[in-house]
Order: sequence, then structure tokens, then C-alpha cells
Amino acid sequence: MAHIDYDERIPNNVDLAHDRRLKKALEKWQPAYLDWWKGVGPQVFKGNDIYLRTAISTEAGGWANFGYVKMPDYRWGIFLADREEDRTIPAGDHAGQPVWQEVPGEYRNVLKRIIVVQADTEPASVEQQRWLAATAPSLYDARNLFQVNVEEGRHLWAMVYLLHAYFGRDGRAEADELLARRAGDDDKPRILDAFNQPCQDWLTFHCFTCFTDRDGKYQLGALAESAFDPLSRTCRFMLTEEAHHLFVGESGLERIMRRAAQLEREAPNGDPRELGGIDLQTIQKYVNYWFTYSIDLFGSEVSTNAADYFASGLKGRWREAKDHDEHSALHQQKTIEYVEDGRVVGREVPLRNAMNEILREDYASDCDRVVKRWNKALEEEGSDFRMVLPSTKFHRRQGIYADHHFNPAGELISADEWESKRDSWLPTESDRQYVHSLMKPVYEPGKFANYIAAPRRGIHGQPVEFEYVRTDG
Amino acid sequence: MGHDFAYPPVDFETHPDRYKHWKLSVDGPVATLVMAVAEDGGMWPGRYELKLNSYDLGVDIELADAVQRLRFEHPEVRVVQITGGLDAKIFCAGANIRMLSMAPHAFKVNFCKFTNETRTSIEDATDHSGQHYVAALNGTASGGGYELALACEKIWLIDDGNAAVSLPEVPLLGVLPGTGGLTRITDKRRIRRDMADVFCTKAEGFRARDALKHDFIDAAWPRSQWEEGTARAAVDLAAEITDTLPLKKDGPGVALPALERDDTDDGWSYRFVDVVLDHDNGDRVATVTIKGPPSDGADADPVRGADTWCLRAFRELDDALLRLRVNHLGVGLILLRAEGDRDAILAHEAAMLRGADDDWFWREVQLFVARTLRRVDNTSKTFFAIIDEGSAFVGTLLELALAADRQYMFLDDDGENSVLLSEANEGVFPMASGISRLEARFPGDRDAIEAVVEVEGEIDAETCEELGLVTLSLDDIDWEDEVRIAIEERVSLSPDALTGMEQNLRFGGGETCETKIYGRLSAWQNWIFQRPNAVGDRGALSMFGHPERPIFDFNRT
Repeated sequence: MAHIDYDERIPNNVDLAHDRRLKKALEKWQPAYLDWWKGVGPQVFKGNDIYLRTAISTEAGGWANFGYVKMPDYRWGIFLADREEDRTIPAGDHAGQPVWQEVPGEYRNVLKRIIVVQADTEPASVEQQRWLAATAPSLYDARNLFQVNVEEGRHLWAMVYLLHAYFGRDGRAEADELLARRAGDDDKPRILDAFNQPCQDWLTFHCFTCFTDRDGKYQLGALAESAFDPLSRTCRFMLTEEAHHLFVGESGLERIMRRAAQLEREAPNGDPRELGGIDLQTIQKYVNYWFTYSIDLFGSEVSTNAADYFASGLKGRWREAKDHDEHSALHQQKTIEYVEDGRVVGREVPLRNAMNEILREDYASDCDRVVKRWNKALEEEGSDFRMVLPSTKFHRRQGIYADHHFNPAGELISADEWESKRDSWLPTESDRQYVHSLMKPVYEPGKFANYIAAPRRGIHGQPVEFEYVRTDG
Repeated sequence: MGHDFAYPPVDFETHPDRYKHWKLSVDGPVATLVMAVAEDGGMWPGRYELKLNSYDLGVDIELADAVQRLRFEHPEVRVVQITGGLDAKIFCAGANIRMLSMAPHAFKVNFCKFTNETRTSIEDATDHSGQHYVAALNGTASGGGYELALACEKIWLIDDGNAAVSLPEVPLLGVLPGTGGLTRITDKRRIRRDMADVFCTKAEGFRARDALKHDFIDAAWPRSQWEEGTARAAVDLAAEITDTLPLKKDGPGVALPALERDDTDDGWSYRFVDVVLDHDNGDRVATVTIKGPPSDGADADPVRGADTWCLRAFRELDDALLRLRVNHLGVGLILLRAEGDRDAILAHEAAMLRGADDDWFWREVQLFVARTLRRVDNTSKTFFAIIDEGSAFVGTLLELALAADRQYMFLDDDGENSVLLSEANEGVFPMASGISRLEARFPGDRDAIEAVVEVEGEIDAETCEELGLVTLSLDDIDWEDEVRIAIEERVSLSPDALTGMEQNLRFGGGETCETKIYGRLSAWQNWIFQRPNAVGDRGALSMFGHPERPIFDFNRT
């Protein structure tokens, strides 16, 4: 086999060049990854120069090197946040003991499963979005999409590194499976349902990036508190990249909202649709849909697995080490609202069993802050419309509310009321068709589709009209 | 909760119209049983939810009913597909753990035993009735879910990258698979012991590729080909079975009507079976009397239907046994009595056994009687056969006496009290070990068996004792006292020790997959179910679903 300069080709801080086992695993996996990327990664501007950032080290400036790169040549690297000396286990029964540098046999299978489920979402979203650039509302947006895509690819690398380095033959088999499953494929679907829906319009993309990627942020946050130090360090580094993805989603939606408010003023009847925009009511419906779709990903409100993961130290709470003083979470209760005989009743459950719900609450507060920022933008644009985050009980398909109907305010309602009002709360087929009808590419630098406002500023100090994607190749 | 919880009495009768958890449909030679367990349909409302198609006794009673009805009511069915009806990616998550951890120990054991009997009845239908069961696992089958699949002739698993088969009891709960899983993977599927070891300690189990490679399943299809692939395979299998059936099997079937049960002051009664609880002995003793067919001379040509004596009487006996087991834990000793016209019994039996050669219905009756007798063998209560004056322990009913732990026979002056052997005692109702009750009674002693079989006609009490067919024959001077003392002595002994002792002694001779399943359930699983590592304050079963993790005592026993 030809000599490969691993450190050049795969930027890393795991001493890849001297790790025989890892090299051997990657020699096989890396070409398969490239085939995967070419086959089901971005299908538009495949070979064009894109203005992207690449992580080449974990130093202050090292993780964000900007420059033109053709995506298949992107240098997907392996980075872990720097090791903290004397780090101790943040949560659970082993709290305070030294963290694990190797996987304890007792938790091997369950840790592997946690990593696989997390890892599976990374390539899935790339697959879901592979045709999206064909309708990019601007080159700026296309570039943001690609940045998200290559970094999801890198997150897959990060997870595959853990599987290769710590989970032996099983881990290698799982790493192969991550490239074999396909979003939306009937036979080899991605593990989580939310990652099997195609993403075909930019309102959906921004909702997905804002809400579903934010679930990823909180899952990574919980894993950053893991007793298994390599997982914790990997997740901490991924979180620094994730912030940009959330920015893309939040600011993308904000720009669509600003544009809606502007068109509302300009349209003769006050309806942005007359001028080819997306009205705020429709955006609210998409927010309702994607927020609730994403909170399903946190799992059941009361969960044995969640308690187990916490007890064994595999996951902690959001900012466990920084924000919590008591790390056993034993002998404490949390009130969970159940539906009993047609009424909502609070019931005490052991705190550890409620860890999914606790993480979901942290996530929902984060989303709440986002909505507040949007509403400030709407105010600036002179609109009276205010976005509202629906209740976490509304439109649930998983967990204890899944069999009941709630309105967006979180009040229990009848099935009849649900049927009669759902079209005013969630996107209808005609809403989707309308949004799809707007999806036309705009590939002229500095120009934007009419339904989305230009951003305030460009990427990495570049102007908005910068040629983020070189369309001539 | 736990041991103080007095559960409500269990009713073992049901009907497809009343099923909460299963949907039975028949399409020509292929029947489908769809498992869609109602979360709020548990036996003890409000105490646990039957999530993820987990099951309790109520779910299994419906399954047992379906298996039984398919044999009698749908003789045209060759293949029964068991599949999942949940939207979730799960076929069945096994026995409901919350139910198990709150159930009193005796209930747990009875639950496991009943579910085992349902699974062996599935195998019985496959082996003897030309109704082959297929597990079409359209989602993950874990624990008891996979054990249900193991009871089937073939296991098909959807290959969608997620669905798996697993036995997570050891790694997750600190107990064993309770419905024959361990025995079946080695003895039935003949899987290598080291791979079996890996499988049984890997909580997530094997997905299609590995499961197929190591024979934990027989076939797999991807999602897009699942419906078509399994449907075609089922039809092909049905055709294959039809070609090899030893006797013609088609409709119409024989519907099984509900049993009519009347509660009495001291027990209950059916048409041919009475149960009387003995209040004098603190309800520790029950007398079960089975009555022969009416002597109207019609027995040489008995009615071919659900009301025919043998089927009806043994269905009643079966129901009585189940009720005694689960609803009358205090009863430790069952006295078996048989009454009726001996000639009528023998004539009926002869007609049944003759019919069994070429008529599926009579064959099913014979197989059912055999299953009910095995239910006696597996009941953890002492049985004494009381062969009193006027008794009718002949042929099929003598088999019941031979199933008992002891036989007390009244020795009358003129030798009229007697028993009579027939073809029924020569292996047409085999025990779980595959041998007749005579063979199990005289392990390895061909001479003793032949001496019994060679006797022509009725055998009086004295001869019975000589031949070893009864434990004691007692004349009128001793009869009442001896029987009374035997009863009183028996109910004074440790019930646990008796259960273990009886199960050891009843199964003389070799082992089969089936005897191993019950034997190991009684010995290993029920032992582990009592150990602190499972059910102590920090045992794995106690901790399941709780915020703390288990703590083990690592000393091996």
C-alpha cells in the first residue's frame, strides 16, 4: 500500500502516525468514507471551490482555518479537546473518582451503543441535505450548508475514531455500518426516525439546523460529562463546531422572519405570499413542528436507561461539573406531569429516571432564548407578530404525551379539537407545497432569494457579496 | 409492595372475541397471530404498564387460547405466523419486569410455568398437529420475546440495521431467561456453547447478520422485501407441510365453547369435574373428582364434537388444575378420584384412539389429553390417587392415577375394587420425557412393566400392590386411618422441599428438551429468583427501573 502521510491528510491530535491499530482501521475505512461522501454527500457544486473552515489543531486559532477547498479534498480531522489533568468523573455512582482512559468492560456494549446512535445522526443529516444546494437562496447560504455538511462529516470521523480506538472488532464493524445505513432507505434506515426524512427546502433546513442540531448540542453536552474521558474530550471539541451550525439555523430563520415582516409591510394586502415570501404564520407552524419533532429525540420522560447511564457515569447533566453541586442525584425527586383520567397530574419520580426530561428542559430554555431574539428582530422590523415556542406536551410522538392531544399552550384537548385545529398549528400539505414552490437557486454573489433577508455580515470578516462558492469551478 | 400483595383470582378462559392483546386471522393454510399488547390492559390495573409489547399472564392466557383453538377450530391451518403489531421497532420485549418484580414469588413461578406450557404447546402443535409456528420478527425480540420465537419452528428477522434478537436477562436483570431460552438455543437450535455464552451476556443481542451467521435465526429479509418474503415463505412452508401430513386435515373445525363452571360452598364444579376444598384441613387439601361419560350406550360411537366426554372432561380438568395452581396457593395436596361407568369410559376411549388413526379431530383429543396429563406432572402440588370402592380408574383415567405421587387403594373383601389397563397406558399419552407413565414408574425395569401389561382384565387391590401399581392397598380396618394420616403427614411437610422432591421423583428415566426446560426452570431460575443478587435490596431485578445500580455479592455459590 502506498505510503500515506496521515498527519497531513488527516489532521489530528491523537498521534495517528504512530498508532498502528488506528492506522490499520482507517486505511480501510477512509476510502469507504470518501466513496460514501461522493455517493450521498452534497451532489451540487461537488467539485467547486468552497470557502470553508478546516480544523487543523485544537490551538486557539487552529480549529478555524478559512480558505477555498473542494469538498472531496476537505481534510477531515480527528480532534479531542485537550486533556484536563486530574479530571474526575462528574456524575453518578463513581463521581469524584478518576475518569476512565479505557472503556471498562462492564460498560462496553452500552457505551458503544450510545456512541453509535449519536454517530449515526452525523452522516444522516448530510444524506438528508444532499440535493439542497440545487435551490440555495444564495451562495452565502450554500456555503453555510456545506460548512455544516463537512463538519457533520468530521463529527462522524470523531465518533469513528472512538469506535476504532476503543471498541475492537465490534467497533470496526459498527464503523462500517455507519456508512452502510442511509437516511430514508427502507432497508437500511438511519437509527432515529427524525433522520430519515428528506430535507427539501430551506425553511426546513434552517428549522432542522436550529432545532434538531440543537438536540445534538445537548446530547453532546451530556456526553461531554462522561466518565469515559476520550468521549468527553471528543464531544467537547465537537461542541465548539456545533455552535456554528446552530448559528446557521437560528440566523437563517431570523432572516426569513425579517423578510416576512418586510414583505408584510410592502404587500398590498399585508400577505408576504403575494410577493413571494413566507408569511410569519407559516414560519410559526414550521417552528411548532420542528421544535416538537426534535424534543422527541430526548427519549421518554421517565427512563430506566437514562437512570442507568447517569448512575454509571456514562452521561451527565448539561454542565454537570460546572452547574451542579450534588452529583449523585439520589434520594431526590422530580415532578413529572402525567395524564390520568383526562387530567394532567403531577407525579414524583426519582431524579435519575427523569434525566431525559431534565435535558429536554435545558434544551427548551435554550430554544426559548432563541425565540426571544427572533421576537426582538421582529420588533426591529416593526412587526407586531411574535413567535411562540409551543409547549413540550404539544404534538408529541414519543413519551408519555404521545397518546394525548395538547394545544400549543400545553392544555389537554379532545381529539376532535385537535383534528379541527391542527392545520392552524402545523404545516399543511398546501403550506409545504407553497414553500417548495419558492425554492429556486440564486447563485449570483451578494444576491438572495426574495423570501430571505441578507445577513448582517459575511463569514470570517468577508463581505456578504463575497464569492463563497466559486460557481465557475 | 412485593410479597404482601394479594393478587385477584385469575380466570384462564377467554375467546378471540375478547382478546385485548392479540389479533388472530386465518387466510387459508396460513394463520397470523399479531401481538399488539394493550399498555393499560395488564392483569392488575394501575400497577404496571405493558409497554413495548411486554407481556403478563393475561397476555399469555390469550396466546395459549389461540394455540389451542387453532388446533381444534382451524385444522386447515398449516403455518401460524406470530408477528408484532406495534408501530415501534419492537416485536416483543419479553415478560413485563415491573409486573415480575412486584409479583409474589409463587405467582412468578406459576407465571413462568404457564408461559412455558404455552410454548411447549406451540412445539406440540408443530411436532404432532402439522401446525408449524413461525416467528416473523418485524422488530427487536428481546428476552421472553426471543424465547417465544425459539418455541417456533422457524425464526425470521427483519434486517433493517436495528432489529435484533437477544436474551438480556443475565446482563440486565441478574436472572435467567425463564421460558426455556437457554435450553432451546443449545438443545433445539444446536448452537455452539461459546457463541451461546457470548449471545446471552450481550444485552443488545445480535442483529440479522450475526444472528443468521450463528443460527439464532433461520432467515432475514430487508424491510422492502419483508412482507412479500415472509408471506411467500409461509405459503411455501404450508405447501411443504401439506405434502407430508400423515392424515388428512381440513375443515370444518370444531369450535370450543366456554366451560360452564358453578361455584359451590366449598369449591366449584363443571359437567364432569368437581373440585372440593377440605375446610377441615385448612383448605390445604382439595379433592378433584373426574366423572366418566354418561352410560347411555352411545360411547362406542361418541359424538364427534366439543361436547364429547374426553375432550370436555379434560378441558375441565385442565382449567381446574390452573385455578388450583394460581388461585389456591395454600392447597398442597390434591386427592384424585375417578367415578363412572367403566365400560362406558373404555368404549369411549377405544373409539377415540381408533379415530386418532385417521381423523384429525380424535388425534387432537388424544394430544390434548396427553398435554393435560403433563400439566398434572408439572403441578407443584402433591397428588394422591384415592382408589376407593366404586372408583373408575381404568385406561385413560388410570393414567391420571399413575401421574399421582402415591396411589392408595381400598382392599375390599370380594375383590371388586379394581383397576384396568388399556392401550391408553402404553404410551399414547407420553410424559414430557417421551416415555409412558408406566415406564417412568419402573425406570429401566422391563420385567415389572411386562408383568403389569400382561395381566388380562381387572386387577384387584392385592395384585395391584404386588405388581407395584399402587403404593398401598388397605382393608376396611386400616383404610380411613391410614389415608387420614397420610394426608395429615403430607400437609405438615415443607412445601418447598416437597415440590423439589416430587419433581425429581416424577421424572424417572431420560431427559428431553422439555423436561430440561421445566427442571431447570424449577431449579435454577427459581433459585436465582430468590437470591439477594436478584431480589435483595440492591439486587439486579429489584434495581431495574430504579435510580440505583445493583450491587452484587461476588462469591460464587
